[in-house]
Formats: sequence, C-alpha cells, structure tokens
Amino acid sequence: MLRLPPFDFHTPGSLAEVLEIVAGEGPETRVVAGGTDLWPNMKRRHQRAERVVSLMAIPELAGIHAHNGELALGSTTTLEDTVRTRVVAERFPALARAVASISSPPLRNMGTIGGNICVDTRCTYYNQTEEWRRSIDYCMKEKGTICWVAPSSPRCWAHTASDSAPVLCALGARVEMKSKQGERIIPLTDFYRDDGIEYLDKAANEVVTRILIPDESDSTHCRSSFWKLRRRGSIDFAVLSVAAAVWTDDGDRVTDARIYLGAVGSRPLPVTGLAECLEGKVLDEETVSEAAALARKTATPMDNTDFQAQWRGVMAARYTEAALGEIAGLEPRALPPPHLL
Amino acid sequence: MPEQTTTLELRINGERRVVAFPTHHTLLEVLREECGLTGTKHGCELGECGTCAVLVDGRPVLSCLALAAEMAGREIQTVEGLQEGNRLHPLQQTFADLNAAQCGYCTPGVLMTAKGLLADNPRPSSEEIREALSGTLCRCTGYHKIIQAVEGAAALSAGEDWTPAEEVLHGTRLPERGSE
Ligand SMILES: Cc1cc2nc3c(=O)[nH]c(=O)nc-3n(C[C@H](O)[C@H](O)[C@H](O)COP(=O)(O)OP(=O)(O)OC[C@H]3O[C@@H](n4cnc5c(N)ncnc54)[C@H](O)[C@@H]3O)c2cc1C
Ligand code: SF4
Ligand code: FES
Ligand code: FES
Repeated sequence: MLRLPPFDFHTPGSLAEVLEIVAGEGPETRVVAGGTDLWPNMKRRHQRAERVVSLMAIPELAGIHAHNGELALGSTTTLEDTVRTRVVAERFPALARAVASISSPPLRNMGTIGGNICVDTRCTYYNQTEEWRRSIDYCMKEKGTICWVAPSSPRCWAHTASDSAPVLCALGARVEMKSKQGERIIPLTDFYRDDGIEYLDKAANEVVTRILIPDESDSTHCRSSFWKLRRRGSIDFAVLSVAAAVWTDDGDRVTDARIYLGAVGSRPLPVTGLAECLEGKVLDEETVSEAAALARKTATPMDNTDFQAQWRGVMAARYTEAALGEIAGLEPRALPPPHLL
Repeated sequence: MPEQTTTLELRINGERRVVAFPTHHTLLEVLREECGLTGTKHGCELGECGTCAVLVDGRPVLSCLALAAEMAGREIQTVEGLQEGNRLHPLQQTFADLNAAQCGYCTPGVLMTAKGLLADNPRPSSEEIREALSGTLCRCTGYHKIIQAVEGAAALSAGEDWTPAEEVLHGTRLPERGSE
C-alpha cells in the first residue's frame, strides 16, 4: 500500500475556526478540500503537512449563487455539482466543458472547483515516485538545486495543470480569499504567478472562499469555447488547453477577445496582440488563422509532460483555430489526434 | 510523529460498525484492513485506475483518495453488498453471463461505478456507459463486454427479457474461404 504519512486532521464546522487554525503558529498546516491533488502529492512525498484542515464540513463554502451581477462559485462545490448546475452549463458553457473534462467521473465527485484553481503545477521530473526523484537528486521544485528541464535556468518551469483556470481567466473571473486579517478579492489572472514553485499569489493563511464570474461574460454577452489536448480522453491531464471568449457588436465585429493557454506555461498564458488582430473584424478563416499564429508565439511548452514540446506548440495554433472556429461557426477541421469533447 | 487515531461509526452496506483506525488512513485502507472487506481492490492508489471505487451516498468515489475519518454519517456501499440476499445483482448476473470479468481485478470498481450510473440514469446509452466508466482501467477485456453487460443489467432491471446477441457470446463465424 502507498500510504499517507501521519498527520493531525481537523474538520471544523465553521470558516472562523479554519482561519484560526491556519493563522496559528505551530506545525506545518495545509487545508484540504476534495484531496484529489493533496493526497496523491502527500503519498508521493512531494508535499508535506503535519496538520491538515478539511474545508468540507463548512456549509457556506459550497454552492453556486447569482449575486450582484456575478455568479459566485463556492470553493468547495464539487466538480460534478458545478457541471450539473444548470446556470453554469447554460451561461458558461466553456467552463462546464472544461470542468467536465477534468480527470474521470469518480474523481469529479470528490474534487472541488476551489481545489482546481489551486492545483499544484506539474512536471515529468516531479510527478514521479520518491525513489525515482531521489535517483536524480530531486530538482529545484523540491529539495534539489537544478531544473532538469532547463539546467541553466534560475527558475522552475513546471506547468499549470488546472483546466478551469484558463477558462475562468478568459471570462474575467475574480477570486475571493479570506484570512484572519480580513478578505481580499483579486482578478484570477493576478492569482497566478509565472513560476513553477511559487505559482499562486496566496499566503498559507488564506483560504479561497468564492470564485466570481461577471455577468458580462455569460452566453448572452459573449461566446466562449474550451479545447483540451491529452493522450487519452479521460484521466489524463491536459498537455495543452485553449480557452477563448469573444464579444461582438451587432454587425458580428469583434469588440473584445481573450484567449488563455493552459499547460504550456507555469500559469494560464494570455495570448497577446489579439486586440490589434481581431478588434473591429469579423471572425473568419483568415482572422482565425492570424489569431492562431499569435497563440503559437505565446505558448512556451517545455519538455516536461507527455508529447514533444515542439509539437504541443504547433498544436497551440491548431487548437486555437478549433476554439475560435467553433465560436465563429466555421467548418471544423480535423485535428491530430482526433479529439472530441 | 505520534499517530492520531479516530473511532467512528461507519455505515457500510447497510450495517453499522464502530471502527478505530489511524486518522491518516484512507477509506480503502480501512475497508480492507480494519473491516476485512477486501473486495475493494487497490491499484495505483493515486486516483488513476478506478479499481478502488465505492459508492458514498450513492455516488462513485475513489476510496484511495478519501479519508475514512470523513465518512461519519455517510452511506458507504462496496462490492460485498451488491448481492441482494441469495440473488445476484443484475450487474453481477450479466457480468457472469458475458464473461465481462477476466482477471477480475478491475471488476469491483467497475460494478460499483456502474451501479452508481444506473441509479442516476436507469437506461444509459452505450456512450453514457463509456463516459461513466472512463475512470476505470481494465487490462483484460477490451471493455466491449463490460459495456454490453451494463446495458444488459439496465434492461434486466427494467424488467425486460434480455438475452445477449449470439455473436456477443460466441463470436461470429469467419466467412468460408473462397465464398467472397
Ligand atoms: C488521476 C488524476 C487526474 C487528474 N486530472 C486532472 C485534469 O484533467 N484537469 C485538472 O484540472 N485537474 C486534474 N487533476 C487534479 C485534481 O484532481 C483537480 O484539480 C481537483 O479539482 C482538485 O480539487 P480538490 O478539491 O481535490 O483539491 P485538493 O487536493 O483538496 O487541494 C489542492 C490544493 O489546493 C489547496 N486548496 C484546496 N482548496 C482550497 C481553498 N478553498 N483555499 C485555499 N487552498 C485550497 C490545497 O491545500 C492543495 O494544496 C487530476 C488528479 C488526478 C489524481
Ligand atoms: S521544471 Fe525543472 S525545477 Fe520545475 S519541477 Fe520540472 S525539473 Fe523540477
Ligand atoms: S487505487 Fe484508487 S484509483 Fe487506483
Ligand atoms: S478483468 Fe482484468 S483488469 Fe479488467
């Protein structure tokens, strides 16, 4: 059996108690929601904790509510409940598609949306057994000194693994965090840092309470899409994902467009130069190809997951064409490998 | 560090039992080791294979990634509780009829996941069955018989008279040489 290391476990019934525990001095403490990221990481000794505090017994953290021009997703809402909530599927179809693509159905009954935006970054040299990692003397992300992906690099290039993150960034979502000191709400795009180790702008004593998606990003105002590339159609993490949201005027001319790439950088990467490329224009074969070329330039895939890095970069263009093409209602083109979500 | 222990009344397959276990142990460990219910198998223990799936409050979850300490007041169902008295559950019946279990290692997880599916969606399409079972790896069967067995169980549960197609049971005869 691959067992967890021992730890003290707490399941407080109120957020105030959680904030008290995570604020205190003492043993290394982590919060856990569904545990589908933390437990595997602790079993393989990537992450450690002497005290673990569960968020699952706090009623007010779960559930989805429309509120003040935003849809608020409670952080411990399970992935399955998120997909099954009609307002999510109807108003934010790209988010529903991204969440429905996470891992496998039983795992989606356990994993939460808050855990998903906080999920650890991944790398071939890191997501291995303890023995395997010891044999290469570890790496910078954990105990070691070198990055095996880019040995002369001063930083870690582990890639963002969350499927909801690129969509939520494209939709302009914000994240609410609470600590004993108070609360703060920041754009999700600022929540992510361009670093494989310190990948979140979140202190250890801060708990994510809600994710807020503005009404201006719902399906009555914008069209959105999500495409994900992975080897198998289930269980596997993305090796590339593309989330796109496009706003148009009455003449179908683009007024705003945002594309974020997942799994090809340490954070969801915004495709730059879209405004000059698309604004005031209609989405057609030509403008879509131009935007796809920008996505290729933005992607910084490293050789740290399944498939060749170079090929994933090429696919960033093809999958951006697919996502924008779907939004524009263009004839779909075949994608290698054939992938249907 | 000294191990914290938890003592909890667990509800497993309709029976209540008080169990003491190390707090950091997963539901999978506690089912197999403290409760002696070894029907639930351990494979990857990292959420990647699905053989450890059990139902918690009717939904399939991976017992290797759930702490037993979080199971207070929740209804746990394992493969040992599938049989109804002396009668096989329709899923067990059709799995046996079709030889949908070969080595059988994935089978407990498949059966429980399929039970969760049928409770939620009594007449799933084969596409929906594939999707629901997509978290369980089977290295033996090639999945076809598993999917047909779940279809069969859905039909039996709906009171239909289900018999598998001849080619499902015995394969198809190769065309005679020279006949084409
Ligand atoms: C086999 C397998 C396949 C997977 N495939 C995918 C995939 O395809 N796509 C994908 O996106 N993910 C995937 N995952 C990762 C993971 O299952 C999901 O990201 C899931 O949503 C994580 O949520 P959780 O509640 O289980 O997180 P947890 O494990 O509970 O937590 C994850 C991290 O976030 C922290 N955390 C959790 N909630 C909060 C909060 N409210 N406030 C502050 N910190 C918090 C925890 O301390 C921990 O560090 C996969 C995992 C496995 C095991
Ligand atoms: S990118 Fe480099 S430092 Fe980061 S996990 Fe991979 S090998 Fe380690
Ligand atoms: S043993 Fe739980 S998913 Fe493999
Ligand atoms: S029957 Fe052997 S793994 Fe499925």
